Formats: sequence, C-alpha cells, structure tokens
Amino acid sequence: MDKIRASLLKKSVATKIERRGKILSLSCLALIIVVVFLIFYFVASRGLATFFENHINLWQFLSGTQWNPGTTGTNGQPAVGALPMIVGSFLITILSALIATPFAIGTAVFMTEISPKRGAQILRPVTELLVGIPSVVYGFIGLQVVVPFVRNTFGGSGYGILSGTFVLFVMILPTVTSMSADALNAVPRYYREASLALGATRWQTIYKVVLRAAIPGMLTAIVFGMARAFGEALAVQMVIGNATLLPQNLVSPASTLTSILTMGIGNTVMGSLQNNALWSLAMILLLMSLVFNLVIRYIGRKGKLNNER
Amino acid sequence: MNAKRADKLATGILYFVAGLVVLILVALLGYILVQGVPEISWHFLTSPALAFEAGGGIGIQLFNSFYLLFLALLISLPISLGAGIYLNEYAPQNTLTGLVRTTIEILSSLPSVVVGLFGYLFFVVQFKLGFSILSGAFALTVFNLPILTRSIEEALANIDDNQREAGYALGLSRWETVTKIVVPAALPSIITGVVLSAGRIFGEAAALIYTAGQSAPALNFSDWNPFNISSPLSPMRPAETLAVHIWKINSEGIMPDAKAVSAGASAVLIIAVLLFNFLARWLGKRLYKHLTAE
Repeated sequence: MDKIRASLLKKSVATKIERRGKILSLSCLALIIVVVFLIFYFVASRGLATFFENHINLWQFLSGTQWNPGTTGTNGQPAVGALPMIVGSFLITILSALIATPFAIGTAVFMTEISPKRGAQILRPVTELLVGIPSVVYGFIGLQVVVPFVRNTFGGSGYGILSGTFVLFVMILPTVTSMSADALNAVPRYYREASLALGATRWQTIYKVVLRAAIPGMLTAIVFGMARAFGEALAVQMVIGNATLLPQNLVSPASTLTSILTMGIGNTVMGSLQNNALWSLAMILLLMSLVFNLVIRYIGRKGKLNNER
Repeated sequence: MNAKRADKLATGILYFVAGLVVLILVALLGYILVQGVPEISWHFLTSPALAFEAGGGIGIQLFNSFYLLFLALLISLPISLGAGIYLNEYAPQNTLTGLVRTTIEILSSLPSVVVGLFGYLFFVVQFKLGFSILSGAFALTVFNLPILTRSIEEALANIDDNQREAGYALGLSRWETVTKIVVPAALPSIITGVVLSAGRIFGEAAALIYTAGQSAPALNFSDWNPFNISSPLSPMRPAETLAVHIWKINSEGIMPDAKAVSAGASAVLIIAVLLFNFLARWLGKRLYKHLTAE
C-alpha cells in the first residue's frame, strides 16, 4: 500500500523533466536580460565617473568645443568638450538619412507597386544581400572611391562629413529600402483596388492611398536606418578624418562619437580622466540608441491606432 | 498637368530612381569583386600577413574568423534556443513578458561598438581574459543573442498548434512536445536563421577590436592541443579576424600593399557572406524536403 501511496504522491518523471526544461529555458532568457543590464551598468559606471569622480560639469561636457582630455583648455578646466563629436554624429546621421530616404522609398515603391515581378526577382535579393555586407567593406570602398571623389570635386582633403555621409548613405540604403518595401507590402490589396475602382491613376493610388497607409512603417524604416548610421563605427572612422574640431564645412576633417571611441579606448589608461571621458561618449551612444528605440515604439503604437480607427 | 501625364511622369521618375539604386548597388558589388578577386590566390588565402612588406596573405586571419564564428555560435545557439523556447512556449502574455521582449529589442539595436566596449570592460578587464579568442567569442555572443533568439522564436511561432495538441494528446509533457515535436518541425527555419546570423558575425569588426585584439601571432598548424598558446585551437591567444584586419591595415597605413590586401580580403568577406546567404536558403529548403518527405 505504502509503495503505491508513495508513487502517487511523488512527482512523476515526466513532471520532473517538464520542470527542469522550463527552468532551463527560463534561465537562458534570464541570462540575456542580465547581460543587457550588465551592459548598461558597466558603461554607466564608467561614463558617470567623469562627472562624479573628475567633477566635470555636465553642461561643459556637452557644450564644450575643445577635446583634449588630460590637458586644460583655455578656460582653465580640463578640455573635455564633446560638442564636436556630438555635432558630427548627428550631422552625419541626419544628412545620410535625408539622402537615403527618397532613394529608398522610390525603390521600394518601384519594387512593390510598379514592377513587383522584377522587384521580387532582382531588387529584393540584391538589397537583402547588401544588408549583410560588413561595414569595414563599406569603409574600404569609401576610402578608395568616395574620399578621392570628394577631394577632386569639392576640394579639401576628402576626409570629412561629406564622405562619411556618402558612405553611410550607401550603407543604410538597403536596410531602409527593404524595410520600406515590407511596409508597402503590408498595405491591404483592397486599398489599392478601391482607389483604382474610383478611377484614380496608378500614381494617384500610390501617392494618395498606399504611401499614406504605409507612413508608420516607412518612418520606422527611416529611424531604423538612422539608428544604424548613428552607431556605425569603423566605416565612418575610416573616412571622416578624426579631427576633434567643430565641423566648419562638410569637407573639413571632423569626428563622430564612435570614431573617437574606436581610436581612443586602446590608448588611454583605465580610470584616468582621458579614459572616463571616452566612456561618457559611449554612454551618450547608449542613450541615443535607447531614444531611437523609443521613437520606433512610439511610431509603431501610433500606426496601430491609425489602422484600427 | 492632368492626372494621366502626372502618372506617366511619376512612373518615369520611379523607374529612374530604382535604376539608379540598382546601379549603385551593382557598382558596389562589382567594384569589390573586380578589385578583389584577382588578388585571391591559394598563397593569399593561406600565408600569414606581413606588416612592413608587400606580398602577405590573410591565412591566419581567415582561420581566426572561422574559429571565432564557430565558438560564438557554439555559445549563443543553446542560449538563444532556450530563450526562444521560453518566450514562445511558456511565457504568459503579460506586461513582464512585454518588458523582456523590449529589453531584447534594445540589445539588438545597440551599436556594435558599444557591445565591443562592454566586452572589453567585462571579459577582458574584469574577468582578466585579456585580448583573446574567448573574449571575442563572448562579445560576438552578446551581439548575436538577440538576433538569434528573435529568429528562433519566430520559427517556433510558425509551427501549427495542431502539432502541439497532437503531442499533448499522446501524453507528452509540454517540454517533451517542444523538444521532440516543435523544435524538429521548426528546424529548417532555425537553421536558416543560424546561417544568416553567421554571415553577420563573420563580417563584424567593431565588437572585436577591443576583445579579440588586433594582432595575429604566428600559429603552429601542426599543434592541435588547445592548451598550447601557439596552437590554432588555443582560445586564449589574441586573434585578429579578417574584418578587423581590413580596418587595421587601412587605418595604420604602414603596409605597402594595404590596398591590394584589403581589396582581396573584402572580396573574400563578400563571397563568404554570399555563400552564407545561399547556404541558408539551400539548407532550409533541403531540410524541409527531407523532414516533410515531400
């Protein structure tokens, strides 16, 4: 009797396996979450040291234009003004997104509305393939083709914001194109049919119906491209010239947050002001990537509301 | 302007824009291949790099790239498989799960240079792993986890609920249903996702500069004991990969034939990414056929 009783009260083998499996998979998930928090903790603990241990004024850091940590600037304070890098990063991101957007949307419309067959056969695979091209390859081509081109056409050394913009433009073009095409494909077919049935031409249908319905998706694509441009390090670093000066024009050497980070981290001593200031730059990068994320989520929520109405 | 003229004009402009984009993209691919493919030879692919003279190869870098890729996948695949299973099969639909998904999305959108810097701080400095293959593999894992988890979760979500119900009807527990029925059914798309993410890892450089290091010490290819520092399998040696190599020789500018070497190395990278893409499609289709007996 006791044997049966025990076997009834004990957990079965299957239950144990189930339990173990659930815990195992949950701990995998927990590990990923822990990693994210570790990233934020580690970068923030280093990045905030500039302000709490070295007592740099936050506003001075964000608005100062002299960057030469370790030495003192003209105002007697350590020269840790990150404005040139911040301006460089934003300028390059916005410019490349401005150039890439019309091309990407035009191509996406062509792919989905004008010539879906050719779009599916040629354009789609090519853009998807180009999304996967390593960024150093873009940097190398920028160095070989774009920099000499800019030098010969616009003067200067060729290194600068303009070259960086061109490189990033080509780099985010496939991403934005293929995401915009997804957004256009998601517009229900009956929207188009309804418009055409009213006697609208194809262009009127595209312009007045399809594009408007796909606005949230395309905005997401553009912000996604901008996030990629903002965080891109090596391709930009290779063509921008890496001079920590406030850019005077588009062809003078400049720098971005990422380019100064990749150049500097290896050459500074852990815990020194030079090093901490670099980590503060990394923290700005981290925060901006959060902002881009929030914007994408906001657009997504808005888009859903529009479609439900 | 009447509507018909506007329609024609707009169509023309769209043709022009699409044509231009195709031209740019094809020129890009063409440039790399035309410049790079003539540089590729058996000697180039197998001999070690030379720092101050021309004629060096990319042998060690190429090996490092593949070894790092292998290790990174070895670590990240089980973790993301587990996480994907939990998210799709167990996680309740509530705010907490939503937050977890958001966190994973944030991780996937972090710039790779930030991931690399974290790897430097955490693995290289904190855990004293130094600039080593292991640090690099961990950094790549962090970089790869969110993407792979996402693609595995999607692959599992695409499996019909009938399959799960059939499992429960046979008296299998949930975990057994997942491991014996759902995962095998999702295998073709999981493998496609893994191979595509492998292509991304293979070309990654920013996450590796400060984790796997920027030097490629000579390797003794007859010594396969992973505990010897000169062995190709040793996980504690610094390992410059192909992508890092391209970046380094271009920013240092001391190698006389840097342009030719980077052209060749770029072509190798592109061809590898192409192969990964084709492999992903082919394997996915092949496995699907094999498993469904179609």
